[in-house]
Amino acid sequence: MTWTRKDLLGLEYLSREEINLILETAESFKEVSSRDIKKVPALRGKTVVNLFYEPSTRTRVSFEVAAKRLSADVINIASETSSVRKGETLIDTGKNIEALKADILVIRHNYSGAANMLAEHLNISVVNAGDGWHEHPTQALLDIFTLKEKLGRIEGLEVVIVGDISHSRVARSNIWGLNKLGAKVTVCAPKMLIPAGIERMGARISYNIDQALENADAVNVLRMQFERDNEEAFPKQLEYFKDFGITRERLKRAKKNILVMHPGPINRGIELSSEVADGPGSVILEQVTNGIAVRMAVLFLTAQAGEEKK
Amino acid sequence: MKLLIKGGRVIDPENRMDEVLDLLVEGDKISKAEKNIKCPADKIIDAADKIVIPGLVDLHAHLREPGREDKETVLSATRAALKGGVTTILAMPNTSPAMDSPENVALLQEIIRRDAQTNVLICGAITMARQGRELTDIAGLKKAGVRAVSDDGSAVDNEQLFFEALKKAKEEKVLVTCHCEDRLLSNKGVVNLGFTSTRLGLRGISRESEYKRIERDICLAEKAKASIHIAHVSCKESVEIIAIAKKRGVHLTCEACPHHFSLSEEDVLDYDANKKMNPPLRGKEDVEAIRQGLKDGIIDAIASDHAPHTENEKDIEFERAEFGVIGLETMLAVSITELVSGGILNWPNLVRRMSLGPAKILGLDKGTLGAGCVADIAVVDPEKEWTVEKGGFVSKSRNSAFLGRKLKGVVEYTIHNGIIAYPFDNGICR
Repeated sequence: MTWTRKDLLGLEYLSREEINLILETAESFKEVSSRDIKKVPALRGKTVVNLFYEPSTRTRVSFEVAAKRLSADVINIASETSSVRKGETLIDTGKNIEALKADILVIRHNYSGAANMLAEHLNISVVNAGDGWHEHPTQALLDIFTLKEKLGRIEGLEVVIVGDISHSRVARSNIWGLNKLGAKVTVCAPKMLIPAGIERMGARISYNIDQALENADAVNVLRMQFERDNEEAFPKQLEYFKDFGITRERLKRAKKNILVMHPGPINRGIELSSEVADGPGSVILEQVTNGIAVRMAVLFLTAQAGEEKK
Repeated sequence: MKLLIKGGRVIDPENRMDEVLDLLVEGDKISKAEKNIKCPADKIIDAADKIVIPGLVDLHAHLREPGREDKETVLSATRAALKGGVTTILAMPNTSPAMDSPENVALLQEIIRRDAQTNVLICGAITMARQGRELTDIAGLKKAGVRAVSDDGSAVDNEQLFFEALKKAKEEKVLVTCHCEDRLLSNKGVVNLGFTSTRLGLRGISRESEYKRIERDICLAEKAKASIHIAHVSCKESVEIIAIAKKRGVHLTCEACPHHFSLSEEDVLDYDANKKMNPPLRGKEDVEAIRQGLKDGIIDAIASDHAPHTENEKDIEFERAEFGVIGLETMLAVSITELVSGGILNWPNLVRRMSLGPAKILGLDKGTLGAGCVADIAVVDPEKEWTVEKGGFVSKSRNSAFLGRKLKGVVEYTIHNGIIAYPFDNGICR
């Protein structure tokens, strides 16, 4: 299996083999971060531009660390006042970055499909670091990598994703990826946070977290943003924690070694209790560490494919 | 001037005509439709193997003038229409300024007199600036020449106000065209609500937002005993509701757009904003229902909902891009490809949906080829294939949902008021 895509836009578009190739490549890169000199020359002379239209620290830093450990040059553009306000279109911004002879553009954008659009218009590699509610492929890849590392397989695992599924790109990417690798995914949330037709993506739906957790090997807890929009129905914070919050009590009734994951940043006491976040099943910080290896793999593979297409 | 169209298959359902005939046009009228007309003519069109139909009547187009001449003008839109075999257009009122006063209508009439290459009828607004707050002077609009009223692009949410409009329109014998959308239900959506919206991570437009508003409008029209026309029907439930209302005897007609019977929500999976329109592309079962509705005659007309936008308004993030696609130049070919070749409509029924039916909805003496009728005619090569290309449009805009598609059916000649108006440089006129 060789990697031929210049871009990584979402897990929906990848085959099982492609996902496995990223995971294997990540495995071999993971060791780099434990060396004294945490650097390999794989992307020496390459330029990675992180173009972030949404405030993000962890994903941006993770991509930056990953690129630097591959010896790439990294430029960060944080555009909280988005190009929209400056009057430049996203495509024009992308073309300018291409004209700087950057090799990889890592894009985070609040509009779904932004990465797809750039990939279509640019010859350089585009890596999606989260677009609207659509996909966040590297997050799902690092979730899957962590699951596999901890449990030894993905095939046959039961994974519960709990939280605001409607507005979650992390949930969507996880559903696509886990399904392709043979896991069973259940999404769990109040009805108003389950988007239409999600079962056709291959997820089972549960409105009861205790039932959902019964046979789960892992639970992926999504960040709840109660400050979201007022324009849609949203649960009350206390009510949500009572009905869906991940607490030690709840986990007592689940499988003994259930893994607790979270894409971060965590809201202690809002979607999960502190005891759980710091508890024995929590792999939240390991996810952060694995994120570097996964992103190194993605940058490496897309850069190579991009090189061949030039 | 005499024009003889020889040996084409002449299709005129109004006069139960579907045979190989010659058509003689004298002045602006059709004078004869017979076999082997022997008569000297200034110009003879050899229509062997071609189909000769009444010029199309498009009940729904946005000409953008006055106000957005960068997108389209009366001149460019009517030239595009000619290329598509369209000879009569109902121009929607969401211009800038909107067609909400007799003065604004007079302004557009002036432009039409100066520039239009086809018939252009004006649809007036129902409410001032299409804001849904205050009714326009429908009687005054009628006097200024409007044939229909609509707030197209928006619905009139205020039920009382809409009911008043229906009563007034009935008095004035003006057609009310309904854009049926409950905005509380469509909730800033940009694609069909369901698997597709979830998959793309975009806000969805529910089918309820359309059919519940159709139910309301039918109910109010029935109460007011007014005639209404439902614009751009896109989903299965809407067709069912309309069928039942028609059976009950409500004075009701409706239209469907080519993109709604040929494309589905899956065509949006690439985030191509040229497939973003309102109502959105729906599910496969909806596409099927629209096709069946056209076949059964529940859907009376095919309309383009021609909505030109500049590339700057389309080549951006999907959610920010404008709604709407152009359609004047592709509506006939898409209909031939999908409906005639697809076995849904035979040629006489296609003419009913695209010429005769819409003409009747507007109360026009058009859509036929009988002797004495105004000569608005399209000569079509039904088998010729072509590919829709960005560079090929006569319209000022290129936001077609059919770019790259192979279509069947090419308009060879469009005759308007007895004159060969298309192809444009035919050396005979203009």
